[in-house]
Amino acid sequence: MAKYLLLKHYRGAPAAVNDVPMDQWTPEEVSAHMRYMEEFAARLETTGELVDNQALSAEGTFVRFDGPGRPPVTDGPFAETKDLIAGWMAIDVDSYERALELAGELSAAPGAGGQPIHEWLELRPFYTAAPTITE
Amino acid sequence: MADEALLRTLTPTVIAVLVRRGADFAAAEDAVQEALIEAVRGWPRDRPRDPHGWLITVAWRKFLDAARADAARRQREDLVVADPAPEPGAAVDDTLQLYFLCAHPSLSPASAVALTLRAVGGLSTRQIAQAYLVPEATMAQRISRAKRAVSGVRFDQPGDLATVLRVLYLVFNEGYSGPVDLAAEAIRLTRQVAAATKDEEAAGLLALMLLHHARRPARTRPDGSLVPLTEQDRGRWDTGLIAEGVDVLQAALARDRLGEFQAQAAIAALHADARTAGETDWVQIVEWYDELVRLTGGSPVARLNRAVAVGQADGPRAGLAALADLDPALPRHTAAAAYLHEQAGDPVRAARLYAEAARAASNLAERDHLTRQAARLNAHLRG
Repeated sequence: MAKYLLLKHYRGAPAAVNDVPMDQWTPEEVSAHMRYMEEFAARLETTGELVDNQALSAEGTFVRFDGPGRPPVTDGPFAETKDLIAGWMAIDVDSYERALELAGELSAAPGAGGQPIHEWLELRPFYTAAPTITE
Repeated sequence: MADEALLRTLTPTVIAVLVRRGADFAAAEDAVQEALIEAVRGWPRDRPRDPHGWLITVAWRKFLDAARADAARRQREDLVVADPAPEPGAAVDDTLQLYFLCAHPSLSPASAVALTLRAVGGLSTRQIAQAYLVPEATMAQRISRAKRAVSGVRFDQPGDLATVLRVLYLVFNEGYSGPVDLAAEAIRLTRQVAAATKDEEAAGLLALMLLHHARRPARTRPDGSLVPLTEQDRGRWDTGLIAEGVDVLQAALARDRLGEFQAQAAIAALHADARTAGETDWVQIVEWYDELVRLTGGSPVARLNRAVAVGQADGPRAGLAALADLDPALPRHTAAAAYLHEQAGDPVRAARLYAEAARAASNLAERDHLTRQAARLNAHLRG
């Protein structure tokens, strides 16, 4: 019973093995990729392991407080060099090994030429509830 | 008894009655959940005089409806459902059989927890999903998969009590605090198992839960932060729960079949016995940790906790020596080292270790506690 976040990056992760930008794929390859992702999430729901599954727009802005009575300062859209998160899948699994297995499977989503992308996904554990018995 | 509490008490016995009448476990469990929903809707207006009988009748009807629909779907006319009278007096054994089924060794811990809370605890899927912070659809799937996984298990075959106790321990120890009080629920269910089995370890687990539950009012500050055992206001411990826990434990220990839950409860009882942290009998606690290490075949977690107790009984240097034998990668190893180094008069090293332990903590309350310890020492060091 441990929750993990699988983070997918638009930019900032090490380069994938099958590293062709999506707009260079055939429409069928794009559809096959989307179908793979949907089926993966649907399967995790049936195994009772899916917590959340979201994709993020590439458009984004940094925002910060600029002092009382002043409007917040914004910066963006993000510069090309910045790390950019594309989306996430949150899972609730029995072990770290299971989380690794699922991340590996998700990274094998098909890309250009119908071949697995081998993209790097970031795997991050959630904090758990605090146990009562610790001594 | 409030309706919800009553319904939840009746849930396992009604499932068992349906199974005795020939329903398979998964279908019986579904039928009883539907009957529970009907009861929650209807009882506030029109409460039956015999709630147990009402639930059996309605659940059985739900089961027959579902079985007929199922049979019709499969174009089979040959489904015959027997309707023998329920066997009186079998209720306690039946409930225990349900525990064995729900905590069957073929299930993962998460599945066993979910199934136990639903079929024995009488909680709804939504409540269980809220308690474990997953979507309701995910929890529903987890439960129905678990039911399928145990569908071939015969209802009357002997079960594994040890896995039942482990599942109840998990419910008590590793739940979020949400709308459902999982600790109280775990205690209710463990009480039932201990009464039905007369097993020493079931009693030991019940005592362990009661003794820790007694500290709950003192364990967190109003802002949710953790109060370590040594700093807790012991006047806020629940003396009724402590007395019950000690009684249950003593009765179990007297039967001379020691196990790890009894040893853990004995340690908790020694803490409960000390009016102030300074009066804690650390020498006896170390002796119980020696037992626990032996009973668990040298469990690293037990040895780590023993090292901390040695630090209290024989001084921080002895504690650090005991810690030196253990893998530094163990959870809480760095936190224990930080504490012992502070006690040994090395605040610089302690502060660094507290900060390191905070980064490795697996839950927020612990991370925040360790961060505050590091901050406290660093502020002091800056003068």
